[in-house]
Amino acid sequence: MTARDLTRLTALQMADGLAAGEFTSVELTQAHLDRIERLNPSLNAYLLVDAEGALATAANVDAARAAGEDLPRLAGVPVAVKDIACTRGLPTTAGSRMLEHFVPPYDATIVTRLKDARMPILGKTNMDEFAMGSSTEHSAFGPTRNPWDLERIPGGSGGGSSAAVAAYLAPLAIGSDTGGSIRQPAAVTGSVGVKPTYGAVSRYGIIALASSLDQIGPCARTVADAALLHEVLAGHDPMDSTSIDAPVPPVVAAATGTRDLTGLRVGVVKEIAREGYQEGVSRCFEEALQHLRDLGAQVVEVSCPHFVHAMAAYYLIQPSEASSNLARYDAMRYGSRTTPEGSPSAEQVMAASRDAAFGDEVKRRIILGTYALSSGYYDAYYGQAQKVRTLIAGDFTAAFEQADVLVSPTTPTTAFRIGDKLDDPMAMYLNDIATIPANLAGVPGMSIPSGVADEDGLPVGFQLLAPAMEDQRLYAVGAALEARLAEAQGGYVFEKAPEIEVQA
Amino acid sequence: MTATTDRTVPYADALTRYEPVMGLEVHVELSTATKMFCGCATEFGAEPNTQTCPVCLGLPGALPVVNRTAVESAIRIGLALNCRIAEWCRFARKNYFYPDMPKNFQTSQYDEPIAFDGWLDVEVPANEAGEPPFTFRVEIERAHMEEDTGKSTHVGGATGRIHGADYSVVDYNRAGIPLIEIVTKPLVGAGDRAPEVARAYVAALRDLLRALDVTHGRMEQGNIRCDANVSLMPIGSEVLGTRTETKNVNSLRSVERAVRYEITRHAAVLDAGEKVFQETRHWHEDTGITTAGRPKSDADDYRYFPEPDLVPVAPSREEVERLRATLPENPAERRKRLQGEWGFSDLEMRDVVNAGAVEVIEETVAAGASPAAARKWWTGDLARRANADGVAVTDLGVTPAHIAELDGLVTGGRLNDSMARQVMDGVVAGEGTPTQVADARGLELVQDDGALQAAVDKVIAANADVAEKIKGGKVQAAGALIGQVMKEMRGQADAAKARELILATLGVEG
Amino acid sequence: MSNLSRDDVAHVAMLARIQLEDHELDRLAGQLDQIVDWVGQINEVAAADVPPMSHPLPLVNVTRPDEVRPSLTQQQALANAPDPEGGRFGVPRILDEE
Repeated sequence: MTARDLTRLTALQMADGLAAGEFTSVELTQAHLDRIERLNPSLNAYLLVDAEGALATAANVDAARAAGEDLPRLAGVPVAVKDIACTRGLPTTAGSRMLEHFVPPYDATIVTRLKDARMPILGKTNMDEFAMGSSTEHSAFGPTRNPWDLERIPGGSGGGSSAAVAAYLAPLAIGSDTGGSIRQPAAVTGSVGVKPTYGAVSRYGIIALASSLDQIGPCARTVADAALLHEVLAGHDPMDSTSIDAPVPPVVAAATGTRDLTGLRVGVVKEIAREGYQEGVSRCFEEALQHLRDLGAQVVEVSCPHFVHAMAAYYLIQPSEASSNLARYDAMRYGSRTTPEGSPSAEQVMAASRDAAFGDEVKRRIILGTYALSSGYYDAYYGQAQKVRTLIAGDFTAAFEQADVLVSPTTPTTAFRIGDKLDDPMAMYLNDIATIPANLAGVPGMSIPSGVADEDGLPVGFQLLAPAMEDQRLYAVGAALEARLAEAQGGYVFEKAPEIEVQA
Repeated sequence: MTATTDRTVPYADALTRYEPVMGLEVHVELSTATKMFCGCATEFGAEPNTQTCPVCLGLPGALPVVNRTAVESAIRIGLALNCRIAEWCRFARKNYFYPDMPKNFQTSQYDEPIAFDGWLDVEVPANEAGEPPFTFRVEIERAHMEEDTGKSTHVGGATGRIHGADYSVVDYNRAGIPLIEIVTKPLVGAGDRAPEVARAYVAALRDLLRALDVTHGRMEQGNIRCDANVSLMPIGSEVLGTRTETKNVNSLRSVERAVRYEITRHAAVLDAGEKVFQETRHWHEDTGITTAGRPKSDADDYRYFPEPDLVPVAPSREEVERLRATLPENPAERRKRLQGEWGFSDLEMRDVVNAGAVEVIEETVAAGASPAAARKWWTGDLARRANADGVAVTDLGVTPAHIAELDGLVTGGRLNDSMARQVMDGVVAGEGTPTQVADARGLELVQDDGALQAAVDKVIAANADVAEKIKGGKVQAAGALIGQVMKEMRGQADAAKARELILATLGVEG
Repeated sequence: MSNLSRDDVAHVAMLARIQLEDHELDRLAGQLDQIVDWVGQINEVAAADVPPMSHPLPLVNVTRPDEVRPSLTQQQALANAPDPEGGRFGVPRILDEE
């Protein structure tokens, strides 16, 4: 096989090929590193590439395999890590100038798990600063570009991970999803992204945006690949108090099991499925529903009346928690320090450093969150938002009595052009209208590509939602639909992406 | 520093016009092995920044996990303060920026404290002015869990204090050590004894916390720190005045002095028709005054909200009862109970407490000695020996069992008091148990009534005049004869027995 | 109607320890006012008896035993410090004690 061919395999095929001795992990890893070297200057998907570390792990796995050692399923399969996860000895920036030179002295739990699974870590992927954004344009280190069209955004905040996976710069990547940052980038890059149940994957070592909303999950090109990575990431962690102490749902079995959906009830959420969507997005959605019916599912319409307030609740809770989580970036113990002239106090140095090192979107949300929590406004804003959260969780509970999974388009539109919404924060926020309710309630969600919009030739995402701790339902339904779509459309959506033209 | 000295009025004068109201906030550093939210050690005096980790340094991505022992200690403290224990409560973030606070929020509790609505009865001793002792019930508003901050040292500048410092250096070893903050309700009605009440409360709280074994309890090391809120109400008014909060008053004596000082300062301000400025005050141990700190301002908008990284604490009622069963007796109540059981006077009991002999007397009584004998030995003879040797009374090599055995020899009639002291010489010299020492030294009261009777007869014959007086009803004159009988017996006799025989021989009723 | 004036934004920014420059204030104030106006709709949604939800999962009593775990070394602790001095973190002068 040529190096180019190796990167085109699914993670499952890579794992099987490694196990069968068809190629080595060093070859596989090097193939990805070569491709990164060639294409990353155009895509800016990676902020940091750790060729040395990745190859060392790969060589180690190859030696172990040669010695006949029993190895984890994904041993030797490379992975990319969003730059929101702390990696010991490797700079971790969260896409911010503030942490430009920050080198963590510890690994996030999920990074330890990747290392335990013996997966070579290719590097750290680009993201909106502190995961605030839906386009990766808010990265302090330049935007990531969409492999389908370099003039367009790859989604956000995890645009680096989604672009890396879609452009074959990695078979698998880590994402974090606070309001859609895994699912929305997956949708606009034709890849698969899963936000597991809140608490299913440890947040220890993940740079926090909004603690009660953040969740780590897999980015991949296929549902089965996502399931394999999900299984590596998930599980109880005593270092995270909100971690679920229960067995991981059987996601791999679900993703590779029956394709028959007879008897499955699929609920179309009226409030986030029918109105305000780009034409191609709506058409792909309706077609996917028909495919589900063809697979034996019963499609019903359900109503979640409070979802219309989800955006407002989200844009109070998330900035509020973020304003507190980001307070630690004061340039006293670490971070970029800016010292004004004269003999400034610690207070003045903090304020100057935070002004200099934070981007506009981060400042907007910190100020909004600080305001929402401040005395006299708490009840009207943060307190109310927490109540709306209860109502939204109640909507989910009621809806899941009528349906086994809920569905909607993942995003209102396909990938928009870089710069289009940069000066209009409200327009940017509206990208997350369908993904946010899951974060507020803590339920798992998945986006899989359902086709390409006729009008612009760009991929469209289909969102699946399941009850808390029933993540396997997403994989069962997602895999069945994915297979059906591939059959009907003559191949996977991600395979339809044009080859990237290398910039001079 | 340029702080001007504030005006004050004489204390007694202030109290003629104003009623002081106090609120005391005591921060207790728990003596857990690890910090509140991470596994870092809490040892005092370690090299700077060697007891830190991503969690207590507030590094990106780090998350807290609650120390179970700290929660149990908080509940036990709450129970010991007669508080109700929350069935469900959360931690909250108190947001403010300060370089010694790694996350720029303190993980604390806000409107859902783990313990609330309690009280502590405080014994306020008699004072130098001759005012009598009394009991004051301190109502407890709440006790909640939180974490300590790091420690800044100010470098440069004229005074070494914050004002005028060029810069600071911070050690985060202390950051994250578990704290319990105990807050009283406003304490009203103590009048001129208010400063003494403040002191007695902190002392009683310290004793209680030590008995609970939840803190090292060393005020000089900052294990227990007191913030004193003081305001004055004009007598007859029911409107609370503006309060000031004097921070970090860290000795019992200072608590009393700081409250007293603030009363005299507030009174001067109010007398002048001015308003007390709501602010924090810094206590100066050396000069005995407070100076103005930071005024209360918008910066005190702490933006509390429930800590999303920690789940609620919901102690079951069974768990609370299990912890209640581990509570030691309240030190003050225990002293009262023991005094009753032992039949000691107030004065005797105070001597015992001051000598730190409550425990050893309790053990000695448990070993079989009479309370009176136990007290006499431990606060008398043995205390003198220990004092002379410059050692602790418990380091003399004498055990409660020794005392019980010796007391048995005395009450059993084998030894008299002076012989018992000789036996004690031997025990202290390491010659063995009291019985072994008495045997080896041949110390034993003569039990043979014949020899004693002969001595009695001889003494009566030689003192016919005294014998007549006794016969005439002057029984107390027998004392002179007893001494002579004891002399005849070379001390080897029981004086009580001798008295008995003298009276019997003379035919007089004892 | 303006919810959030330019002065309000400057004040809240200082509460959040961000020293905004004038041109930033000009830009952010208008956007923030619009956002606050929009999120303010939430005021009318939930009835007083709806309990607030602070955590997505109903977990309680997650604790750890009081057992010491290894700390970072002093060198590791200070590795990212802008101004380490003698094993401590150097910071500019502090205005007042908390």
